[in-house]
Amino acid sequence: MTVIHRHRWLAPLLLLAPGLAWLAIFFLVPLGFLAYQSLQSGTFEQGYTFTWEFSNYRDAITGYDEQLVRSFFYAGIATVATLLISYPLVYWIAFHGGRWKNMLLLLIVAPFFVTYLIRTLAWQNILADEGPVVGFLRDVHVLSADGRLLATTFAVVSGITYNFLPFMALPLYVSLEQIDARLLEAAQDLYASKTKAFLRVTLPLSAPGIVAGTLLTFIPAAGDFINAQLLGTPNQYMIGNVIQSKFLELIDYPAAAALSFVLMALIMVALLVYARVVGTEKLTG
Amino acid sequence: MTDLTRLELLRRAALGGAALSIPGLLAACGGDGEESAGTTTGASAALASTLRFSNWQLYIDRDPKNKKRSPSLEQFTAKTGTKVDYVEDVNDNATYFGKIQGPLSQGRGIDRDLIVMTDNSRFPGLLVSKEWVEKLDKERIPNMANLIDAQKSPPFDPDRNYSVPWLSGITGIATNMKASGGAVVTTMQQLLEDPKLKGKVTLLTEVADTMSPIMLENGDDPSNVTDESWNKAYDRIQKAVDGGQIRRFTGNDYVADLERGNIAAALSWSGDVATGLAANKALRWNLPKQGSDIWTDNMFIPLEGSVPTASEYMNFVLDPKVAAMIAVGAGYISAVKGVKEEAVKLDPESANNPLIFPDDEILSNVVQFDSAALNNQTYIEQWQQLLGA
Repeated sequence: MTVIHRHRWLAPLLLLAPGLAWLAIFFLVPLGFLAYQSLQSGTFEQGYTFTWEFSNYRDAITGYDEQLVRSFFYAGIATVATLLISYPLVYWIAFHGGRWKNMLLLLIVAPFFVTYLIRTLAWQNILADEGPVVGFLRDVHVLSADGRLLATTFAVVSGITYNFLPFMALPLYVSLEQIDARLLEAAQDLYASKTKAFLRVTLPLSAPGIVAGTLLTFIPAAGDFINAQLLGTPNQYMIGNVIQSKFLELIDYPAAAALSFVLMALIMVALLVYARVVGTEKLTG
Repeated sequence: MTDLTRLELLRRAALGGAALSIPGLLAACGGDGEESAGTTTGASAALASTLRFSNWQLYIDRDPKNKKRSPSLEQFTAKTGTKVDYVEDVNDNATYFGKIQGPLSQGRGIDRDLIVMTDNSRFPGLLVSKEWVEKLDKERIPNMANLIDAQKSPPFDPDRNYSVPWLSGITGIATNMKASGGAVVTTMQQLLEDPKLKGKVTLLTEVADTMSPIMLENGDDPSNVTDESWNKAYDRIQKAVDGGQIRRFTGNDYVADLERGNIAAALSWSGDVATGLAANKALRWNLPKQGSDIWTDNMFIPLEGSVPTASEYMNFVLDPKVAAMIAVGAGYISAVKGVKEEAVKLDPESANNPLIFPDDEILSNVVQFDSAALNNQTYIEQWQQLLGA
């Protein structure tokens, strides 16, 4: 202890140490290894050797641009959809939930006590060709007689939206819940209409929640592969499916590693653009 | 410890029955956990208490009254005292190999004593050449002599030092008549091009099983693949995928979608419809008109698996009586001599099922896929691209 008293600058370092060690061991070291792997060449049969094989990156981008674009597209739609669905929902809970607030929040989270895989498989049943949903939509002629929902883009994007909803809803709730109701009263005292008060007061104050929710939804959604695998066809496969099959089925580690880096880099770029547009102070609240 | 206690047991036995009191027996056997079960006979002393066995779905005999029980596995337990932890976790060869190759490549076991992989994939060859499998204890497998000649020397393991065949099967087309609008699908052309089936077709992730029937329909020979015949078949599938005809590429998991009617027709393995799905009257299974491929699944002992236990089990299933139970129960073709005679006693109807005991007409319509093509790096990559990744 006396050491810390004598060298006060040590204290923050010591406090940071567990986090830094965690990051170093479980993030930086594997990342470094992945980078090393992404520059290897060879085949699984003969083994892989490190040869500064930068063409892995070129192949990753040119060979799978379709899946990359699709991943960002699906993740983007799903993020907007989760926002549109969860905003009114948590708005109501935060301002009108009263003593039911916690109960209602629990209900949002409740389906997530079931594992990811089972939840997604449940959607297979809900959207099944001979299931009630498709049957109803056929009866009301929204779908043609042989139309279907399962194994379509709609199913995949819906699956992602559903699976990531709490990641949007919870941060949104936190920021909406903190809004001081007196600010809204003040706005109305100053002759703001309800709409205007929402647009000028509530929405800006909930922006940190929107930003946090967007990031928490978009980033993992862009790398998701379960929804495309279970609810889609090869025409809906995302970059996560490619990486998964390269790693586990083709056992092509260099290509899989290069693809992972490309995905990471693209997400970083998207993040920087996003931060520039909305302003960095909103990222931290 | 085991030897000592056995020695002690013998000594006490020599003193005469009276000396072998029950407390004495308990004392002799007690105290060394797992091994104690096998102290009575020399041959089973080294057997593990549990055989951990990874196999494919719908691939063993089941008690019709209780699908969780398998009579043949129970017989093995009764005979040897070794329980079987039977896990149906192989869905397709590539995915399963992907799962197990991590530990194996580091020389570690995978908590299994037996795994089953198909000879029409490149993985049996890889398991042997990378030395990721244990050598069989052939002294425990005298029934190896019962193997049919065609299975005595496969290219991936010419002396059968590492593997024993499980069952063989044929790839065909399964139709769910309800979902297909009453039409039976019997050609690859229907499967790949019939607009009525659009989006309701699955193909198999196994390259040999999907390519063979298409090549045969194209008039090409799947047992001797050329770039030309490969590309011709490949382009046909690509077109069907792009046009939205193909719903998915699957392993055993086509079964659930087919039963539910989400898919109308699927490339399917011969036994699946004959047995596991027999209850569903809407299902039909046909060999494609121009023929298809035949393949054989093989049992291997992965690194650190119990060689004596697994070898003992291999010997057990090479017994024609047991082999007949499994073949009839699973609906697939056995590689053991004398199985048909045993099957007649067991279930005369199945003994006449040409999918389990193929006649010459069927055998003249099926081929084995080119093993060189399985290891062609370009084909491997192209195939993976086609699967959507």
